[in-house]
Amino acid sequence: MAGLIRQPHAIHERHIMTENTTGSARVKRGLAEMLKGGVIMDVVTPEQARIAEDAGAVAVMALERVPADIRAQGGVARMSDPDLIDAIKAEVSIPVMAKARIGHFVEAQVLEALEVDYIDESEVLSPADYVNHIDKWPFTVPFVCGATNLGEALRRITEGAAMIRSKGEAGTGDVSEATKHIRTISGEIRRLQSLSKDELFVAAKELQAPYELVAEVAERGSLPVVLFVAGGVATPADAAMMMQLGADGVFVGSGIFKSGQPEARAAAIVKAVAAFEDPKAIADASRGLGEAMVGINVADLPAPHRLAERGW
Amino acid sequence: MDSGRRGTGERPGRVGVLALQGDVREHVAVLESLGAEVSLVRGPAQLAEVDGLVLPGGESSVIDKLARLFGLREPIIERIGSGLPVFGTCAGLILLADRIIDGLPTQLPFGGMDVDVRRNAFGSQVDSFESMLDVPQLGEPPVHATFIRAPVVERVGEGVRVLARVDDRVVAVEQGVLLGTSFHPEVDGETRFHRRFLEHVAHVSGS
Repeated sequence: MAGLIRQPHAIHERHIMTENTTGSARVKRGLAEMLKGGVIMDVVTPEQARIAEDAGAVAVMALERVPADIRAQGGVARMSDPDLIDAIKAEVSIPVMAKARIGHFVEAQVLEALEVDYIDESEVLSPADYVNHIDKWPFTVPFVCGATNLGEALRRITEGAAMIRSKGEAGTGDVSEATKHIRTISGEIRRLQSLSKDELFVAAKELQAPYELVAEVAERGSLPVVLFVAGGVATPADAAMMMQLGADGVFVGSGIFKSGQPEARAAAIVKAVAAFEDPKAIADASRGLGEAMVGINVADLPAPHRLAERGW
Repeated sequence: MDSGRRGTGERPGRVGVLALQGDVREHVAVLESLGAEVSLVRGPAQLAEVDGLVLPGGESSVIDKLARLFGLREPIIERIGSGLPVFGTCAGLILLADRIIDGLPTQLPFGGMDVDVRRNAFGSQVDSFESMLDVPQLGEPPVHATFIRAPVVERVGEGVRVLARVDDRVVAVEQGVLLGTSFHPEVDGETRFHRRFLEHVAHVSGS
């Protein structure tokens, strides 16, 4: 527990550093801050990574199967092959992220050894631990974690996550879950802001998150880390809607490379995120993209196949 | 040129932050805390209304692409050529350099500052770091500097002043009214670089 209490405050310290310090909360959260207003794209080959970088992705997520295929093929989904991650790192100069299973701290150690730029402790893979998430503080590499509500986001931050993405229902092309979760998180933050100081203690209990963190969120009106949206984003309009709902940026998984013209769609989503308040620019970006991914309605998914419900 | 222009009492004119991608919000907050009137620049019409421009941190290759897409590249180059004060951090420094080393094959800077800047010069994110820097032009205390997949300045032309180094590598430079840092004062509560930029703006706009 000492670690959990001490480390979130390291970011505020102004001690004199005698040498260069790596892996601090400031440095980990900093990269996410630089990705704001950008699109992070799932890629499964170096060729796709090249297309993503050329289209204007701010980072790529290197994985073996996009969520739509994980869903279709079933089985246990794990961390990617190190050779694939190396090949993608060699291909592009933008940051490369990779996924570890929830609670699989050795997969995370491997990804850190491979020098990926961010680790996504992701519900899209099969969880390795149904009780504990990874203790993310000891790592030099930063982590992004999914959340469906504010309490989940704050628990991940307490464990050391340096970036949060709201969970959608990955691999469906159905944006409704992403909408629900970003609205839930923003709504719960607004509610905290309306509480008096003595009510925040109970709010912390209800959110199952440390009081100091809850008080900080109430004070600043936002999470202390960057908040992206993920899961089910398939069109420029989907991406722009997430930005208008308050996201700092967007992850696009299956939506690009499961569509008819990935190059055009990737560039269009980048443009729509940058110009998210300009309907004419979004209209422009939406033209001539060919078919969007076919998609699955989340309501048609049996509960055991809903990825967003993994994690707690 | 700074003498008599310290402090935040005078109106420095309106400044813009290029708001295509990156840590725009952090720059706006610092500039507003210094009393500046700040607007977001997403197109040529907004650029025309500012007396100074901040190029934020972010992904330089993406900001370059979006600047071209939204018709900002040529107007920005034109304004820099006619003496617009500009402050670039990290990606912004890359965009301000006359030459980029290790950019994408298609990547172009706006240019204006006679320096060569190497992108991602320190390696991947696990090599990103914080440090304390001595910046004689800013005096005491030292600058708390955060480097995120940061660039370095590898060649400095005549007329470019080196403001700071880390491990003998150049990480802060100034040429006339153009100011650039490899690191991010905007995320560390460090206001002295922004203040210096606003002094350039006040000086040029002759208020």
